[in-house]
Amino acid sequence: MARAIPTRQKIVMSVIAWAIAFLIFFPILWTILTSFKTEAEAVATPPSFLFFDWTLENYVTVQERSNYFRHFMNSVIISLGSTVAGLVIAIPAAWSMAFVPAKRTKDILMWMLSTKMLPAVGVLIPIYLIFRDTGLLDTRLGLVIVLTMINLPIIVWMLFTYFREIPGDILEAARMDGATLRSEILYVLVPMAVPGIASTLLLNIILAWNEAFWTLNLTAARSAPLTAFIASYSSPEGLFYAKLSAASTMAIAPILILGWFSQKQLVRGLTFGAVK
Amino acid sequence: MATQHSRAAARLMMTPAVILLLLWMIVPLSMTLYFSFLRYNLLMPGMEEWIGFMNYEFFLTDPAFFAALTNTLLLVGGVLLITIVGGVLLALLLDQPIFGQGIVRILVIAPFFVMPTVSALVWKNMFMNPVSGLFAWIAKGFGLQPVDFFAEIPLLSIILIVAWQWLPFATLILLTALQSLDSEQLEAAEMDGAPPLSRFRSIILPHLARAITVVILIQTIFLLSVFAEILVTTNGGPGYATTNITFLVYAQSLLQFDVGGGSAGGIVAVILANIVAIFLMRMIGKNLDI
Repeated sequence: MARAIPTRQKIVMSVIAWAIAFLIFFPILWTILTSFKTEAEAVATPPSFLFFDWTLENYVTVQERSNYFRHFMNSVIISLGSTVAGLVIAIPAAWSMAFVPAKRTKDILMWMLSTKMLPAVGVLIPIYLIFRDTGLLDTRLGLVIVLTMINLPIIVWMLFTYFREIPGDILEAARMDGATLRSEILYVLVPMAVPGIASTLLLNIILAWNEAFWTLNLTAARSAPLTAFIASYSSPEGLFYAKLSAASTMAIAPILILGWFSQKQLVRGLTFGAVK
Repeated sequence: MATQHSRAAARLMMTPAVILLLLWMIVPLSMTLYFSFLRYNLLMPGMEEWIGFMNYEFFLTDPAFFAALTNTLLLVGGVLLITIVGGVLLALLLDQPIFGQGIVRILVIAPFFVMPTVSALVWKNMFMNPVSGLFAWIAKGFGLQPVDFFAEIPLLSIILIVAWQWLPFATLILLTALQSLDSEQLEAAEMDGAPPLSRFRSIILPHLARAITVVILIQTIFLLSVFAEILVTTNGGPGYATTNITFLVYAQSLLQFDVGGGSAGGIVAVILANIVAIFLMRMIGKNLDI
């Protein structure tokens, strides 16, 4: 039975919750606001919160001076490429583990997970040297390979937990009704697997977009995605708050929007089924 | 029913993933292990020679290692403390009936989706800058001396930035766990006159224990490798004040080109991470029944 909640208590709780949520979100809001200011207004004291001359000039400058779009496309290609490659490798594996589990399936899953726990610095030097000698350093292909490998365990795990929820009986029923293997896959399995695959895709694009160890260490001007491009604003002479804010806003906006759609998958994908 | 035939097919479907991960793990890791026993500097090609455990000796007795180890522990511990305590409180708050719950949730989760380099630079410049930062302005408003964050409390500043990034993760997972709590039990306790604090201590906290453990373990894995935030704010300094193990290994191998020493450091980092990983794997394994 639902209890009647006293309205006053609900109002008080709401005010507290909204205040805290606003504080937590404020740095992002502040970045977005600053991106519309002039450089002078961006460092002015007292700072102006809403009443300043809104301008788009920073966005134009960032694009013109540093070819922002190129880095944006690098991010898109690297995160999409590594996620799709990961899915292509992981779907058959997760599929077979979910539907035809063997004695060692659990061991293999746990082992895959253990590779995710390997700290990146443990393999930084060999990867760097191999990439240097094979010409993969500062290429998008190189980063796609690395990000595919580091996210593969998460992809396999997520798909596995989704696939396991597809009841095997339905396949039997379809087969009894005379469905061929092809129509079984096309009309029964695929529709049931699509939501799980889509969630996995979403979470992995986010993880790959924000990955900031390999992208910083393996790229230079040519193939730098946004993580590495933003890092170039750390040099003292490059400190223009309004431009930093404009570049940052463009870098986080797409993923912020995707992220809000993936709240539920986040828990599932990052806890490997340990919290439900 | 799996037939002999479909078993063989299943094994075949698994092969690419297994082989690729195996290669990804074994080839570079054994190379790191091998390099760690060599005198190997990229600036002196052709001078490589086997020196046994010398690299480990140098790495482990270097004062920088002790500083980095301390910083790593402080960073991981500090962020965990903030995110767990804050996460439990926030999860309790978000679990209450409030107006606009969905929007509040979205706002709270947002920092998790901000890339590390952006959050580090935004915090460093627009909030923590002692002249033009927002914190300096607030401090002056109260008539206080603004804090020069990255000069006076560099490590704490990084802890704050990283905690802001991870608080949403802890909150979200603890909230998920909280929502699976049987509300009848709480109502019964309330009717029996148990005060809120003891309800929290004897019903809610035990229920959250498992989720808290998972948050601690998973965050520790990620926090041990904090890198970008340090690179773009302090570059490990001043001195070694914000150098953690990950950054020390990076600096040794890619800035000083000491492949041998860096590799020894990498192996040490792997061993440290494994200590945590073993506990995490055990927890996940228990939950997985095939």
